[in-house]
Amino acid sequence: MSSEQLQFRNPEQAEQLADRLEALMDDIDEPVTLMHVCGSHEQAIAKFGLRSLLPDGLSVRMGPGCPVCVTNMPEVDEAVAVAEQGAIVATYGDMFRVPGTQKSLADARADGAAVEVVYSASEAVELAAENPEEEVVFFATGFETTAAPTAAILAADPPPNFSVLSAHKYVPPAMEVVAEMPDVDVDGFLAAGHAATITGYGLFEPFVQEYELPVVVGGFEPVDVMLGIERLLEYVRDGTAGLENAYPRCVSEAGNEQALETMWSVFETTSGEWRGIAEIPGANLVLREEYAEYDTRERFDIDLDAGGPDPLTEQCICGDIMAGKADPDECDLFGQECTPGNPVGACMVSSEGTCKIWHEYGGHPDL
Amino acid sequence: MADKSNADQKDESVVTLAHGAGGGAMRSLLDDLVVPQFAGDGESTVTEPAVGLPELDDGAVHPVGDGAIVVTTDSHVVSPRFFPGGDIGKLAVAGTVNDLAVMGATQPTALTCSLVLEEGTPTADVKRVIESMAATASEAGVQISTGDTKVMENGEVDGIVVNTTGVAYVEGGAFVTDAGLEPGDRIIVSGTMGDHGISLLSAREGFDFTGDLESDVAPVNAIVAAALEAGEVTAMKDPTRGGLANALNEMAGKADVGIELEDGAVPVNGAIASAGEVLGIDPLTVANEGKVVMAVAEADAEVVLSAIRGVTGGEEAAIVGQVTEDHAGRVVVDTGFGRRYLSEPEGEALPRIC
Repeated sequence: MSSEQLQFRNPEQAEQLADRLEALMDDIDEPVTLMHVCGSHEQAIAKFGLRSLLPDGLSVRMGPGCPVCVTNMPEVDEAVAVAEQGAIVATYGDMFRVPGTQKSLADARADGAAVEVVYSASEAVELAAENPEEEVVFFATGFETTAAPTAAILAADPPPNFSVLSAHKYVPPAMEVVAEMPDVDVDGFLAAGHAATITGYGLFEPFVQEYELPVVVGGFEPVDVMLGIERLLEYVRDGTAGLENAYPRCVSEAGNEQALETMWSVFETTSGEWRGIAEIPGANLVLREEYAEYDTRERFDIDLDAGGPDPLTEQCICGDIMAGKADPDECDLFGQECTPGNPVGACMVSSEGTCKIWHEYGGHPDL
Repeated sequence: MADKSNADQKDESVVTLAHGAGGGAMRSLLDDLVVPQFAGDGESTVTEPAVGLPELDDGAVHPVGDGAIVVTTDSHVVSPRFFPGGDIGKLAVAGTVNDLAVMGATQPTALTCSLVLEEGTPTADVKRVIESMAATASEAGVQISTGDTKVMENGEVDGIVVNTTGVAYVEGGAFVTDAGLEPGDRIIVSGTMGDHGISLLSAREGFDFTGDLESDVAPVNAIVAAALEAGEVTAMKDPTRGGLANALNEMAGKADVGIELEDGAVPVNGAIASAGEVLGIDPLTVANEGKVVMAVAEADAEVVLSAIRGVTGGEEAAIVGQVTEDHAGRVVVDTGFGRRYLSEPEGEALPRIC
C-alpha cells in the first residue's frame, strides 16, 4: 500500500470528519439521504465499518453503481448461448456467476462450455491469438473504466477470431433516471472517482444544472468517502447545488481525453434495460457500425429461447435496492434462498453488489 | 442449498467449482453425500473415534491403548505446479503435517504418498516434486514410508495429483480440536496472513506486482509444539482454504462463541496487502499453507506468543483478537473506523473489475 493510500486510512481523521458531519446534521436538522453510485464506495463503507461513524438521520445508500448487477438477464443469456455454440467466452470474474434466465456462465462451464475468467480486455485478445482456430468472445461489462480499455483493443486491430459482446454501461443517464423516480428522495450524489478518471468530473455539470442536486466526486479510501459526504452535507445545509471534485489526486475536469476519444470512436450509446431498474435511454454502450466485424451480435446467430426464469427471481428486489429504495435486509430471500454461493439476483454475485457486500460485512452498524 | 421444489430432480445436479472452494457449498455437499454414509450409528461394535467425520475437523482421533492415533489425508492439485515459495510436493507434505499438528500431534509417525500422473508430464517435473517432498518431510521430522503411483491418459487428469496421508500418536487426551474455545481466550496467528493465496493467484494470472510475493508453504509442527509446551491452547486450526476468515468462522460456529478481531493487529505482508487491493481480494479470505491460528487461555497468551516467536517461521506471530460470549457463531472485526463482520468466503475468489 502506498503511503498516500495510508494517509487516507487514518481513523483519527475519519473521527474528526464524523464530528463535522454531526455538526452539519445539527444545522440541517432534518433527515438527509445521500446516494453513491459505485460498488467500490459501498465496499469501502462496509469494509471499514463507516456507517457506524455516521450521525443519526443521515442515510448513505447505494444506487445503480454496480455494472455487473445492472447487466440484464438476456445479456447473460447471450453469452451463455455463444458459449454453448462452441465459442470460448472470456469474461471478468464478477460476471462469471451472475444468473441468466436459466444459467450463469459458471453453470455453462460446469456443463462443458469453454468459459475463461480474464482480468483485462487485452488478456481476452491474447486468448484469441493463442487459439486462432477458435472463436473467442469477450463478454465485456463495466462502466467507462472498463469500456475505455475494451475500445482500445478494438481500435488496435485484434485477431479476426476475436469479437466483443458488449454489456458496457454508461452512468450519467442512470443518475437522471434515479433522480426522476418519484419515490426516491435523494439530497445529493457521491459520484464514482474511478469512472471520473476517464470521463472527467465536468461530465456531471449538466446533471447538477438540470436537477439542482449537488454532486461530489469521491475517492475510495475511508477518509475520501467521509470528505465527500462532508462536502455534500455542506451543500445540503446551504440549500445549494454544485459540482465538486473531492478526489483531485486522480480526477481532472476533462478526464482522459485520449481514452474518451477512442471510446466514442468505437462505442455509441443506445437505450437499454438495466436489470430491475428501467429501460434507460442512452445508458448502454454498443459497437459502432465501423466495428461490426468484431461485434459478437453480428457474427453469431443468437437465438434466445431460454425458457422462463427461476420463480424465485420474481421475489428478488435487486431493482429496488439498486434504485436506493430498499436495503438488502428488506428482501425475504436475503441470506436465506439467496447467498453468494447460490445467488438469485446479481446483487448477491458481484463484490460490487450491495447484497453481497451486506452479506459479507453485515449491513447495519449495530455490532 | 438445494431448491426444495426441485428435490426429486436433484440427481441431475453436477459438482461445480464452488463445491471445492470450502465454505457453505462444500459443507452442504459433505453433509448431504458423505458424512451420513461413513459416520457410525453409535451402535455397531466398531470403536467410535474420539474425533470423527461429523466433527469435520482437520483430522480424526482414534483412542488406542493409553493414547490416541491421529490420522488425516489430503489430495493436492495446484496450478501452477511450481510457484514462488514452493511447489505441489512441498504443499502436499506440509499440508498433511500441519493438519496433524493442529490436532496436537506435532511428531508425525509416518506419511504416505500417492501420485496420479498425467501421460506426458515431464519426468524432470516429477523428480523435482519428489525431491521437494523428501526435503519437506525431513524438515518436519517424518519419513514417507509407503505410497502408490498411477498414470492416466493425457487429458484425464491435470499433470500431477498428490495425495498424502499422515499418522501420528499422541499421549492420552493430548489432542486439540478446533472447537474448544472459551470466552476470554485470546486468538493468536503464527504469522502473516494471505501469502499463499494472493501470491498464487498473482502467479497464475501472470500479474507482475512490484515486491516479492511468495507462498508461505511450510510445516508448522515445530511452532505448534512450542505453543503447546508453553501454555493452554484450547483450539487450533491451519487457516488454509478460505483463509483466516474461514478458520475463525468455523471455530466460532463449532464452539458457539463469538470472536472479536482487531484488523490492525493481523499481520499482513505489505506486498500481499497491495496485491490484494488491486485484485479486490481480502488477504484474510485466502489460503495460508504455513500458518496456524489458535485460541489460548487469556493468562497464557503472552507466554505462548513469545514461545511461537522464538521458533523459525513464527517471528511475526501476533495476538489478533479474543473470544466473546456475544455474537455467537460470528467473527466481528474492529477496523479502527467501525465494526463489521468477517464472513466466510463462498465460491472461488474472483478478482473484481473496477
